[in-house]
Amino acid sequence: MLVLLARVQEYFPILLQGAWLTILVTLGSLALSTVLGMVWAVMRVSGIPWLANLAATIVNLLRGIPIIVLLFFLYFVLPDFGVALSALQASILGLGIAYSAYQSENFRAGIEAVDHGQVEAARAMGMGWPLMMRRVVLPQAVKIVLPPYGNIMIMMLKDSSQASTITVAELALQGKLIATSTFQNATVFSMVAVMYLVMCVPLILFVRHLEKRNKT
Amino acid sequence: MIEIRGLQKFFGTHHVLKGVDASVAKGEVVCIIGPSGSGKSTILRCINGLESYSGGTIDIDGVHVDHKAPSIKRIRTEVAMVFQRFNLFPHRSVLENIIEGPVFVKGEPRAAAIAHAKELLASVGLAEKIDAHPSQLSGGQQQRVAIARALAMNPKAILFDEPTSALDPELVGDVLEVMRKLAEAGMTMVVVTHEMQFAREVADRVLFIDGGVVAEQGPAAELLGNPQHPRTQDFLRRVLHPM
Repeated sequence: MLVLLARVQEYFPILLQGAWLTILVTLGSLALSTVLGMVWAVMRVSGIPWLANLAATIVNLLRGIPIIVLLFFLYFVLPDFGVALSALQASILGLGIAYSAYQSENFRAGIEAVDHGQVEAARAMGMGWPLMMRRVVLPQAVKIVLPPYGNIMIMMLKDSSQASTITVAELALQGKLIATSTFQNATVFSMVAVMYLVMCVPLILFVRHLEKRNKT
Repeated sequence: MIEIRGLQKFFGTHHVLKGVDASVAKGEVVCIIGPSGSGKSTILRCINGLESYSGGTIDIDGVHVDHKAPSIKRIRTEVAMVFQRFNLFPHRSVLENIIEGPVFVKGEPRAAAIAHAKELLASVGLAEKIDAHPSQLSGGQQQRVAIARALAMNPKAILFDEPTSALDPELVGDVLEVMRKLAEAGMTMVVVTHEMQFAREVADRVLFIDGGVVAEQGPAAELLGNPQHPRTQDFLRRVLHPM
């Protein structure tokens, strides 16, 4: 027991560094995917055919490519074209772009779920499209979109482990490195699992809070 | 003030309006009646450009209504609309609903808009609901807020699209009473309605729409009391004596 505690104490600071990178990758790609997803979604509902088609194509393309392949492209292929990204930059960019497709579908569903009568009321009082979006449609769409958005956050936190494939020493990779050098697989990966779980808890609580609030 | 000439409208291959001619003078209250699916609401929605039309012309004070032209925004701020299903903004309070158009579309100072909103709310009998949200109001109260919201734009005319059709019967009276007061105050109103009693007492003129055209029109008492067209007679008999 004491030996186990000593090991946990020894590995924890190293894993904590990994967890820090996990959080960095998650927050970075979350911000990027939210902004990009919003752009695709607004293009989709803009009513301008070529913009809508372009956004639909981008979203389908992104949904069809595995995240890991996207990461390899950004990290291993782009340097051939003179664009050298750090592993951290590439992972934030890759995850952010990949997830923008899911974000966009979620946002679009939220926008389209807003009652059409709201659009008519806004138009009938002389609002143009941008004002109508800002004052009437988006504030109502946000309420619909938030619970699934929370789920996407949780998925992104876990998928940030894919950054390990391009050498970002986040939590999963740190765990693997310790495990291969110490053979303490059970201890190390249990610790990794618990740390992911601990990071997820606030997000899970956040989602539950939103779902409760939306019911009323 | 509102001039409609030869208005045509297709929904796909369905020919809904087959040349509607109508005019509404300033201060006039015109009720549009007719069987469902006859295109009553479509006429109303063409007037403020919520719907495009395939032929004919609509002019409001000499300005041509084209739902794609920039001028449509001006027209919509001058011709307000009240919907069957109220369409209040559920994420905003009663006050915010009413000042939304004046402040964000017309750019009025907020304080002036709030003062005006309070007067309007009092005039529709809902002064105490100023901070309520639409979901906390009955249908009749919501519709009266919607009327206040329309009035807040200081419109030249208001279009009412079956304003009482979604209401429980006991709530209809309050809304009609507000509309009657508006009519007495000289507001130009075009009302698509099934409330024959209201049409008879408040309307200056009634249009009976059937088969995509104005089948008959005339002063309210005359058209409703002594209809000439057999389709009007048939329609009124069904509406007034459904059993």
